[in-house]
Amino acid sequence: MDFELIVMQLFSGLALGAILVMVALGLTIVFGMLGIVNFAHGALFMVGAYAGLWIASLTGSFWWALLVAPIAIGILGMGIERFLVRPLYGRSPDDPLLLTFGLGYVLVESVRITFGTDGIPFSAPEALQGVVDLGIGYFPVYRLFVMAVVALVLLLLWLALEKTRFGLIVRAGARDPLIMKVLGVDVGRLWLLVFGLGVGLTALGGVLAAPMRSVSPEMGTLVLAEAFVVTVIGGMGSLLGAVVAGLLVGVAISMTALFAPEMATIVMFSLMALILLARPQGLFGRPGLGA
Amino acid sequence: MSPVTTSTLTPTPAAAALPLAQPATPPPAAPPAAPPAAGPAGTRAARLDRWRVPFSVAALCVLPFVLPSQALAVNVLIYGLFTVGFNLLFGYTGLLSFGHAAFFGGGAYLTGMAIAHFGLGWAPAMLIGVAGASLLALVIGALSIRTRGIYFCMVTLALAQLVYYVALQASGWTGGENGLRGFTVAKAEVLGLFTVNLLDPLQKYYFLMVFAALALWFVSRVLNSPFGAAIEAVRENETRARACGYDVERTKLLAFVLSGAVAGLAGTLSALHLSIVPLDALGYHTSSLAVVMTMLGGAGSFFSPFIGGLAFLLIEDVASLWTSHWQLIVGIIFILFVLFLPKGLWGSVIGFVKKGRAP
Repeated sequence: MDFELIVMQLFSGLALGAILVMVALGLTIVFGMLGIVNFAHGALFMVGAYAGLWIASLTGSFWWALLVAPIAIGILGMGIERFLVRPLYGRSPDDPLLLTFGLGYVLVESVRITFGTDGIPFSAPEALQGVVDLGIGYFPVYRLFVMAVVALVLLLLWLALEKTRFGLIVRAGARDPLIMKVLGVDVGRLWLLVFGLGVGLTALGGVLAAPMRSVSPEMGTLVLAEAFVVTVIGGMGSLLGAVVAGLLVGVAISMTALFAPEMATIVMFSLMALILLARPQGLFGRPGLGA
Repeated sequence: MSPVTTSTLTPTPAAAALPLAQPATPPPAAPPAAPPAAGPAGTRAARLDRWRVPFSVAALCVLPFVLPSQALAVNVLIYGLFTVGFNLLFGYTGLLSFGHAAFFGGGAYLTGMAIAHFGLGWAPAMLIGVAGASLLALVIGALSIRTRGIYFCMVTLALAQLVYYVALQASGWTGGENGLRGFTVAKAEVLGLFTVNLLDPLQKYYFLMVFAALALWFVSRVLNSPFGAAIEAVRENETRARACGYDVERTKLLAFVLSGAVAGLAGTLSALHLSIVPLDALGYHTSSLAVVMTMLGGAGSFFSPFIGGLAFLLIEDVASLWTSHWQLIVGIIFILFVLFLPKGLWGSVIGFVKKGRAP
């Protein structure tokens, strides 16, 4: 096996991992703040991909799809929080999970009704097609673009969380919502925004992933399982954990695909099992947070 | 344990908290099952509980004649039993697993492979199916009970997906995407005494029902035993159960394995019924079925899995006549249940009776 091929495959893995980072971040932000797991997360990833497809065909521009679809689905996410999840606060933590699980059914079936059950190909814009010479080999431009977009979003997210007043409130609210309430912060509105942000991130992941795999109503199920694996490995509620574990899983999948293709999907689950044995709270998780 | 002590442990509304209050007290010291304060509804619920296995079996006996089709009756039987296994873990132990397809499908595949690849008879094949599913539950359970709460759901789902992809790749053994075929059991000889013709739908139904009835009896005994009280104690307050001296991890693991064994039995019955094992038996959708059926029926009560299974399959049956997108209807009904009827059909009926009758 030559060295170039391995490096190229490593880059592919990072591009794949970048998508996983988006999905897992959305999942873990919502968990960290609201303490609930959104089981419709995979379905919303899929809805994001379809929304991108629809907007792209409407406007003829991939760029509009990339910008508008995550925002639109993020607003849909806020509606879900406001009207479906909010009545369940204060009940068993399993209830929001079960509700979003049912919502997943509804979303998948609605997409099937609207767009049909078959997969739809979605091609990258012409400017991003083709390959680029990295010095040691050729690499698809689109994958580089995905990595750049994710890096940009991560930077913005970091700035928003660390450098703004909103970020300060979010971080404080994750630690102790009751004290925030006492201090006069509208925690309900905060949760609404955070849920919307989490859903928007997964929708962005969906739009970005669409040109790399075909778009189908079932694409969310595997993504949901992948996001769970990433969050378990990285540590529930840890943003840094989601980023590191997402890239790690992406690289692990694509490296295995190089040497033993049939093991590619299996390897990430085995990785998770190992982490559970050695460090149940995940790489960056705090002990006691569910483990 | 004698039948007498078993009945005193039967959880009645007023006595439900007793195992917690006096965890170390042996059964004979427990007060009578229905204190006067519980009123007539309490005793009625207690009587219903004492006869729950005969009631269930009687209901299963008439099922093929009251439902629109016998195929529906077999499905209620198999998926109801699957949900009984799931409910043992979710309803009684408080652990929400999204990976029970691994045990259902595992039991089905092992039974099918034992017949197709090794030419075993139906009885040893079933035994292998149930034993294999239990072993799988032991491994998956040991890993996933290291986590709690929401984490637990995610880990069980991911590990079940692992089993799914292993089965997909090992196509030489499992038939891969096409599913496992070629193990039709036409006749089953029972202890050399008589032969059941499994090609006759009604004979097959009652043949499968015998195993479901045995499993129900077994689950009922487990729930009535001190262990049954221990798992409910873990559900209600894990810290307190631990402080009272229970080995919470071992209790959870044992509940997980028992739950997986019952789900595995349901899987072996489904393999004998269909004579094929679709890859979907291991998929996310199968795990979801148990969750949906339990929520429709109501978690943590003995009858609800079959009631939930019946409700789900009837909805599917009726809605699929009308639209191919019946899952949309199921999803909406499910959401409405979580929002407005979290105790499910049976749980709400019980709650209504208690509220209406008790002073």
